[in-house]
Amino acid sequence: MTDPANDSGATVLPDVAVEIIDLDKWYGDFHVLRDINLKVARGERIVICGPSGGGKSTLLRCINRLEDWQRGRVIVDGVELTEDPKHIVAVRRDVGMVFQHFNLFPHLTVLENCTLAPIWVRHMPRREADALAMTYLTRVKIPDQAHKYPARLSGGQQQRVAIARALCMNPNIMLFDEPTSALDPEMVKEVLDTMVELADDGITMLVVSHEMGFARQVANRIIFMADGEIVEINEPKAFFASPQHERTRLFLQQILH
Amino acid sequence: MSAIEQRARSDPPRTSVPPSARSGMFGWLRANLFSSPVNIALTLLCIVFFAWALPSLLRFFFFDAVWSGADRQACLASPMRPHPGACWAFVRVWLAYFVYGFYPAGQRWRVDLFFLALAFGVVWLLRLSAPRRDLSAFYFFIVLPVLSFVLLHGAPYLGLATVPTALWGGILVTIVVATVGIVFSLPLGILLALGRRSDKPVVRLLAVSFIEVVRGVPVITVLFMASVMLPLFVPEPLAPDKLLRALIGVAMFASAYMAEVVRGGLAAVPRGQYEAARALGLSYWRMMALVILPQALQATLPNIVNTFIGLFKDTTLVFVVGIFDFLRTIEAARADPKWAAPNIPVTGYAFAALFYFIFCYGMSRYAQSVEARLARGGRR
Repeated sequence: MTDPANDSGATVLPDVAVEIIDLDKWYGDFHVLRDINLKVARGERIVICGPSGGGKSTLLRCINRLEDWQRGRVIVDGVELTEDPKHIVAVRRDVGMVFQHFNLFPHLTVLENCTLAPIWVRHMPRREADALAMTYLTRVKIPDQAHKYPARLSGGQQQRVAIARALCMNPNIMLFDEPTSALDPEMVKEVLDTMVELADDGITMLVVSHEMGFARQVANRIIFMADGEIVEINEPKAFFASPQHERTRLFLQQILH
Repeated sequence: MSAIEQRARSDPPRTSVPPSARSGMFGWLRANLFSSPVNIALTLLCIVFFAWALPSLLRFFFFDAVWSGADRQACLASPMRPHPGACWAFVRVWLAYFVYGFYPAGQRWRVDLFFLALAFGVVWLLRLSAPRRDLSAFYFFIVLPVLSFVLLHGAPYLGLATVPTALWGGILVTIVVATVGIVFSLPLGILLALGRRSDKPVVRLLAVSFIEVVRGVPVITVLFMASVMLPLFVPEPLAPDKLLRALIGVAMFASAYMAEVVRGGLAAVPRGQYEAARALGLSYWRMMALVILPQALQATLPNIVNTFIGLFKDTTLVFVVGIFDFLRTIEAARADPKWAAPNIPVTGYAFAALFYFIFCYGMSRYAQSVEARLARGGRR
C-alpha cells in the first residue's frame, strides 16, 4: 500500500501524505490563506504556481508549521499538526524543506551541514552520518566539495547541498520553496535536474515554482493560487491546454510566451 | 595595426611580483607615509611630535630612573641626581604587596600556583592548536574554580590553612574579580539575551527588567547594592563575605552588558537560519547552540572582547566597597610616608598602566587573530 521507495520497513505510512482541511490564515488583517482544502497522495508530485503574494509559500510553510494558522487542520503522514511541540518535531523530522535562498549554515562545512540533523535529531553515530551524507552528496554530484564552506560554492551547488541536507533526514515528503528563483540562469538546470531525479525515485514532492517546463515534465497535478485561494487544480496537460479559469489563462499568458 | 602589436609586445611582461616601486621598504614608505601632501604633512608632524616627546619620556622612565633603594631618600633630588626620573625602586620594594596584598608571606606559593593553573587553563582553552581542547573547557570551568577555591581560600582538612578574603589583595584580587566576571558574564549574558527574545512573556519580562535595571544604574551603585543589600536578604551566618558580594555585583553588571552585546549578534543572524534549523527538526536549544549562537557570537566577537576589556578595567571599582585590588594597593603604597617623594605617584600609576595595557592589548590581539582566522576560513 505504501510507495516502494519509502518502504524501508519501520512504519506503514498512510496513503494520504498531506491533508489540509478548511485552512485559513491571517497576517493581522490580511487574509493570506482562504479556505484551503488539499489532499496529496503518497508519491504524488505537486507544483504550486501563481502570482507573487498569492499565498503559495505560506501554504507550503504551513505543512511543516514554520507558519501557524488561525483556523483549519493540517495532517502530515497521519500526524495532525497542533500546538504540541512533539507533533511539530515529529512532522519536521519527516518533511524535508529546500528554501529559495538555500539557508545553508555558513559556519559549518558542506558535510557538517548535512550531518547536523542526523546526529542531533536522529542520534546517528558520526561515522554513519558522514557516510550517509557522502551518499547524498554523491547523488547531487558534489562529493568533492564536502569539506568546503558554503560561501565557496556557486548558487547552484549550494542549492544542491541544501537538497542533500534535507535528504539526509530520509524524509517521506519534500517541500521546495521557489528553489530556483535566486539562482543565476545558467545554474537553474543543474538544480532542476537534481529534482527530476528525485521525482523519479517516487518521493512525495510539493514544489512552489514558476518553472513550467519542470511542472509539465514532473508534476502529477498543478495548483494555481491567487489571493490566498486555490483557483484551479489540474493535471499538467489540461492545465496548460485548457485552463478552466480566466485568471489561470492570464497568468499562463504572462509567463509563457 | 603593427603599431598596436608593437605596443603589446613592449608592455612589461606579466609576473606575479609587483613592480619594485611598490614593494620593499621605500615602496612601503611612499605608499603609506608620503602618498599625498596631506599625508606628508601628517608624517612630518608625527616625526616632530616624537622627537619632542620621546627623549624626555625615555629619560624619565629609563636613563634618569632610580632602580634600587630602600626608601624615599634614593628617589629624592640630590646633587648627584638633580632631576630624578621614575622611582622603580619603589615598585621593587612593594612588588610583593602589589601582587598578593596582605596574603600571608608563608602561604604565597599557593597564589603562585593559582596563577600558574589559571595561565595553563587560559592557554589551553584559547590556543586553537592545543591538544584535547574538548577537555580544556572541563578543566577551565569545573576543575579550575574548585582548585582555585581550595588553593586561595584554603582547606584545613588538606593542611591548607584558611586565608580570609580580607587579606587578599593586589593583582590576585584583580585577576580573580576579572576572571569571575568574564567567565560568568558570557553564559549569563547569553541566557539573558535569549530570555529577552523569548516568546514567553514572563521570561521576557524577567530578562528585560534585570538587564534594564542593572544597566540603568552606575556600576558603583550595583557594587554598593550587592555589598550592602545582599546581607539583608541572607541570614547572618550564611551572609557571603565581602569579596564574594563584590564578585556577585561584578557578575551581575557584566552579564547585563554582555546580554545586550549578544542580542546584537543574534539580530545579525538571518531569519532563514532559524527556519532551516527548525525545518530540520532541531529543538530550540539545539538550534541555538549549534546553528544560531556560533554565528551570532562570531558576528559580535569584537564587541564581546571590547566588553571584556571594559570589564577588566572596571574591576578597579571594587575599591569602593573596601576591597584592595591592584590599583588600590598602589594607592595605599604611595601614601606611605617612608616613600613620600614627588616622582612616586607617577611611577606607581605608570606601573599600573603597564599592567592593564598588557592584559587589555593581549585580549585585543587574540580577538584579532581569531577574526582573521575565521575570515581566512572563508566562512563569511
